Amino acid sequence: MSYFTGLVLILVSSAIVNNVVLSQFLGLCPFLGVSKKVETAAGMGGAVIFVITIASFVSSVIFKYILAPTGFEYMQTIVFILVIAALVQFVEMFLKKAVPSLYRSLGVYLPLITTNCAVLGTAINNVTNNYDILESVINGFGVAVGFTIAIVIMAGIREKIEYNDIPETFKGSAIVLITAGLMAMAFLGFSGVI
Amino acid sequence: MKKNLERLVNGLWKENPTFVLMLGMCPTLAVTTSAINGIGMGLSTTVVLVLSNMMISALRNIIPDRVRMPAFIVVVASFVTMVQFLMQGFVPSLYSSLGIYIPLIVVNCIILGRAESYASKNPVIPSMFDGIGMGLGFTVGLTFIGVVREILGNGSAFDVPIKALNDYHITLFGLAPGAFIVLGFLVAVMNVVRRKMEAIGKPLPAVQGCLAGDCGGCTLSSACTGKSLVHPKTEEIPVNPKDVAKPVPDTNIDVKQTANTKNTEDVEKSGSDSSYADDDIQGKGDDK
Repeated sequence: MSYFTGLVLILVSSAIVNNVVLSQFLGLCPFLGVSKKVETAAGMGGAVIFVITIASFVSSVIFKYILAPTGFEYMQTIVFILVIAALVQFVEMFLKKAVPSLYRSLGVYLPLITTNCAVLGTAINNVTNNYDILESVINGFGVAVGFTIAIVIMAGIREKIEYNDIPETFKGSAIVLITAGLMAMAFLGFSGVI
Repeated sequence: MKKNLERLVNGLWKENPTFVLMLGMCPTLAVTTSAINGIGMGLSTTVVLVLSNMMISALRNIIPDRVRMPAFIVVVASFVTMVQFLMQGFVPSLYSSLGIYIPLIVVNCIILGRAESYASKNPVIPSMFDGIGMGLGFTVGLTFIGVVREILGNGSAFDVPIKALNDYHITLFGLAPGAFIVLGFLVAVMNVVRRKMEAIGKPLPAVQGCLAGDCGGCTLSSACTGKSLVHPKTEEIPVNPKDVAKPVPDTNIDVKQTANTKNTEDVEKSGSDSSYADDDIQGKGDDK
């Protein structure tokens, strides 16, 4: 299997087969919290793609060139979380100054993801799976795309169930969770693909 | 002593993180494929929670208010790393089945939430008991969901097969969709309980976590309210110079608790936006 095929497999597997929300349960907070409208869900998805891709790159560079040579691999949790937290703040400041138009559309969502478990989880997964830097970036991008797919579909469904006649007891997060369960069931169908 | 006991009961029962506050949903869904996994995750979270609560409470007068979040994260992450190594050494099978969710204890809402709302304002011993109570409450919650999913999905409980269920288990409940569905039904049951409790005049504290419709419960997502991780200097000048070291006056906790127990309108009915934002609570405190 060539290196390129490997990259494609990583992308498909992280985006669809092992969907970050629906089969790994990471990033549930924004998935349940920001999925009321399709536009906001898409905005959130954009911000997540942006942050996770950059965070995967930075964390894997740090692991490869700083932690691994010095034998500090066990510090990865502490280092990654601090780097990610700082990175999100930095990205926010940078966007505000350099690309104000992008900041206007993504800015509100950026602080939300500061220590989202999906970001940290992806960084740690990259290390556990021994991905090199390019593979990490692809994996991060795939994870984020998977998140965006899930949250946008969820928002679409929620816009519709708004008008449905749901039993009083199940209104609110109960029905959302059960909907997520049905979506997860659908995504289980991809499990044989790779 | 009475206060310590009260903290224990509070965590285990009154403000149970899984059933009442609905915090820490990521690990709740992910690791409850079996009861044993639930217990393992619950206990490791408890250990981290107790240690970090004690450490943060001991350091509460030293940590500058502005950088308290990063400081809390470092403390929690250090303990998580230790627990991770201990588990890898002593319970390797549990370590491999919990996998990535052990390092992710760092971002568990419960731990940073308790650090921010209790440990950073209270002495060491009550903080320790608060940690034990909350941790055990979380363990009970995870174990309960774990047992339900294991019985439905695998026809066994605590790894002991139940003969009668040999041919009648639904594998789906052990997989990802089962987790969502079981939690969905748990939320529905809790909605009923909430309504009953409200009817007899003893409303439960509001849901705080992701399920409240916003991430208000996760302290780190105080970002939700537009705050950044490094808190900007507040302009309020404390009256008593002694209070400078203590970032938030102790009375705040009482305010929060009364707000929690008193406000029926705040009690989550149907996943509407019941926010846990500081401003909200402070506003209510002022009314009082």
